[in-house]
Amino acid sequence: MSEKTYKHFICVSCPVGCELEVTMEDGVATQVTGYTCKRGIEYGIDEATDPKRVVTSLVNVKGKQMPCSVRTNQAIPKRLIPDCVEALRGIELTPPVKIGDVVLKDVCGTGANVIATKNFD
Amino acid sequence: MTTKLTTNAAKAQATKLTVLGEINHMEVDIAIVGGGAAGLAAANAAYDAGITNVAIFERETATGGILKQCIHNGFGLHRFKEELSGPEYAAREHEAAVERGIQINYQAFVLSIEEGPLLRVISPTLGMTHVHAGAIILAMGSRERTRGMLQIPGTRPAGIYTAGTAQHMINLEGIIPGREVVMLGSGDIGLIVARRLAYEGANVKMVLNRSHFSGGLRRNIVQCLDDYGIPLRLLHTITNVYGKNRVEAVGVSQVDKATKKAIPGTEEIIPCDTVLLSVGLIPENELARAAGIVMDRGSKGALVDQTYQTSIPGIFSAGNVLHIHDLVDFVSEEGEGAGRAAAEYVKNGGAERAEVVEVVPGSGVSYVVPQRVTPAAQGKVLMRFRVRNIYKKPTVHVLADGVEVKKFKRQILIPAEMAEIKVDAELIAGHKTIEVTVEAGEPNE
Repeated sequence: MSEKTYKHFICVSCPVGCELEVTMEDGVATQVTGYTCKRGIEYGIDEATDPKRVVTSLVNVKGKQMPCSVRTNQAIPKRLIPDCVEALRGIELTPPVKIGDVVLKDVCGTGANVIATKNFD
Repeated sequence: MTTKLTTNAAKAQATKLTVLGEINHMEVDIAIVGGGAAGLAAANAAYDAGITNVAIFERETATGGILKQCIHNGFGLHRFKEELSGPEYAAREHEAAVERGIQINYQAFVLSIEEGPLLRVISPTLGMTHVHAGAIILAMGSRERTRGMLQIPGTRPAGIYTAGTAQHMINLEGIIPGREVVMLGSGDIGLIVARRLAYEGANVKMVLNRSHFSGGLRRNIVQCLDDYGIPLRLLHTITNVYGKNRVEAVGVSQVDKATKKAIPGTEEIIPCDTVLLSVGLIPENELARAAGIVMDRGSKGALVDQTYQTSIPGIFSAGNVLHIHDLVDFVSEEGEGAGRAAAEYVKNGGAERAEVVEVVPGSGVSYVVPQRVTPAAQGKVLMRFRVRNIYKKPTVHVLADGVEVKKFKRQILIPAEMAEIKVDAELIAGHKTIEVTVEAGEPNE
């Protein structure tokens, strides 16, 4: 018999903010309750198993006072955010920089690229 | 002092800048005050509506307004159907303006709006210039409320900033404002900044909120506070600031839900080196007020009709200067509406303004934009408003001279999120007053 555990989340898919309860068995989400629409099921399962976030940060640009803003081009596992931010430290871009330029490929083995979100001449 | 003046005068002569006393004149069809999301969208929409002589007057050295420092993602889901960061969103709007050949004047400070209409502008390149415009669009955005406005007692040390100032320091200057942070107010900018600080290794000890509900979007509470274990303390506020040169601690007290006042004797001393304030935005309307434009006390913006035209014919207003938005996508949409209306005004003159219908907020509603509907309105009139409290399964009632003409059901309405309804113009026409009220379907907390 596997042990059942319960995780609780507030769904952020819309302003209603349903209070979700996700039943976990052996690390697998087996049931979601408390949702009003099916987006809640998806959100609950994602949050309970491996929540993902887009990470945004800054890197330095050679010869410029202003740093360049960057983001991951897709959501990465939330648990890797500190590693991702750390991996960006010490990176220095050389101008010109265009929006969409890849700053760091396959960050922390996630398959996501970190891209520039600002232009520098 | 004398040396400095001489140098400046010499520089001015060398670069052929206008010297004091000379006033340049410029004629444009549409002049836009502010090159943020609203101003750029207004310029592009006016151009697309056939008015090509459009000029933006931007105070800073780049367009984009507040978007420049909002490096987080989540912008543009409605407008571009993808999630962009603020600078990316701003760059797209800017490029669209450049493609159209919109004239953008940087470091251009608008001193006043005069009859004509006319803008008095000063800038390093334009000198002192009178801009004679067929129409003017106000797109100045908003400013944050400050410690002075909140009247927080205590000492006046360094280390107290608004959340937006902290965001500017971190994202545009690469400076961390402090290490041990207490935040007052849970507006969206504050929540986003709390997460940025957590990323950069600062300790955000707590976020305090005077009322029993947050002023920020729920998504931001989950993804900016809960994700990093930052506690949100509702019904708490700062009642004292300690520290001589730098903030050393704050006094945090509980707030009575009914009276909204701090409860004496509940003060707890929280050591910290930085206090951030995220307690709301105020539309930046000094120019509008000085020009005699009629203001709405609820929205703190100009009073406008359904075309975003203010009480002065030919002057329009859109974006955060009109009322505070949560989503930039709607700011752009509003800017476009004002841009198209201003283009129409330049081409065909003002619409009939007699017999306007007044739109007023009723029970549970703090304001409605537009506040006036003219007989020219056709199709559906978009009304945006905010509620005063949390309403579960509410009904929004539209009353025409006291009689209900339309109602809308909603899942939930909260003060942090702007609400909207679309009302048929024919239901509005011919009445004196339209009132929008909200009624809870389930009891409030």
